[in-house]
Amino acid sequence: MPLLNLRLTRPKILVDLNGVSGLDHIRETSEGLAIGAMARQSRVERSSIVQERCPLLAEAIRHIGHLAIRHRGTIGGSLVHADPAAELPAVALAFDAQFVVSGDGMVRAIRAEEFFIDYLTTALRPDEILREIVFPVLQLSSGYAVEEIARRHGDFAVAGVVAIVHLGGDGRIADLRIALFGVAPTPVRARVVEQTLIGQQPNDELIRAAAALLSDMLDPPGDIRASSAYRKRAAAVLTVRALTRAVQLCHTRRLS
Amino acid sequence: MTAKCVVEMTVNEKRYSGLVEPRVSLADFLRDHLGLTGTHLGCEQGICGSCTILLNGETVRSCLLFAVQAHGATIVTIEGLAAKAKSGDSLHPIQQGFLETLGFQCGFCTPGFLMTIYEFLDENPSPSEDEIRERLSGNLCRCTGYQNIVAAVLWAAEHLRAK
Repeated sequence: MPLLNLRLTRPKILVDLNGVSGLDHIRETSEGLAIGAMARQSRVERSSIVQERCPLLAEAIRHIGHLAIRHRGTIGGSLVHADPAAELPAVALAFDAQFVVSGDGMVRAIRAEEFFIDYLTTALRPDEILREIVFPVLQLSSGYAVEEIARRHGDFAVAGVVAIVHLGGDGRIADLRIALFGVAPTPVRARVVEQTLIGQQPNDELIRAAAALLSDMLDPPGDIRASSAYRKRAAAVLTVRALTRAVQLCHTRRLS
Repeated sequence: MTAKCVVEMTVNEKRYSGLVEPRVSLADFLRDHLGLTGTHLGCEQGICGSCTILLNGETVRSCLLFAVQAHGATIVTIEGLAAKAKSGDSLHPIQQGFLETLGFQCGFCTPGFLMTIYEFLDENPSPSEDEIRERLSGNLCRCTGYQNIVAAVLWAAEHLRAK
């Protein structure tokens, strides 16, 4: 709607999916939590299944705009819009969620890795719609965190991080996913940091050293909100915060 | 020229119907077709919060919806807020709070603030100052500096709890 109001886009025909039923479900399946593309953000944020099975998603949604925006905003809308500063694309990438899309009788699944192509550009074809997104369920021994810097609560993020940590029985990091947003044309996985920390017993020093590797990996854009150098620094600081909180949460979730 | 559509909705407990082009925003429909000009349009891109109304009980930006999308909906605008006061006073306690604490100057943003606060105090009757500031971060005011708006919410919360 802002794109239309600002006359940035002038479509000849606009199809409102609000009238299509069967696109706003939230349900647990064998593959994970399946969320219909038209499920409202405020409903997903408050859903008890989401809070129980995929609390990271609820935490991320609280960073989106304001409640009056989330009452109308949909999960699918955020993902398909693919704003590089948006939280949900980074959450989808961290989980490597599955995007179920359909068009002209054909249904196909696209992995998050392949879904986000460029600024506001996805692998969705012009004749396709997003039907649902399947997020893997978070294991109890996993910790997670979303950290971002924005000028005010609800503003576009200057930079942000989504982290999911899985600790093995020996306390070492068994699996780690880090997705950054606001620092590139699409959300990006911080694979250098992930590879450095997997197999390690996490501590403050190791986490800081691993996050410092981001400065070689990133070349973020500078704009009215922040310079490139600021975004680079912010990404490293936020990664340290997110990892520290996610590791702590692993321990508390395991005890509870 | 696109064919016009019939739109029916209940606004402030009154039934309305109109004939609009699908491109007309809900905010423009309320203002220009129904004459309910208390809903103000600031930025028309969902940032400023001036056009906030209640759609089926939830706050929404009326500039970010088409009127046709609100077909069949129940809407409350600023003109219907006082009627939500249980006491039958001519102003809702939230409105009275803004008067008592000088929570507005030019008044342009005020209707959006009042609708946002109505939903907020319904969910959280005893908010802290931090919670108030966080929830109001989606409404912009260029006059007051916000201090008196926060005071207005505290005033209203106290008076609503007492009722």
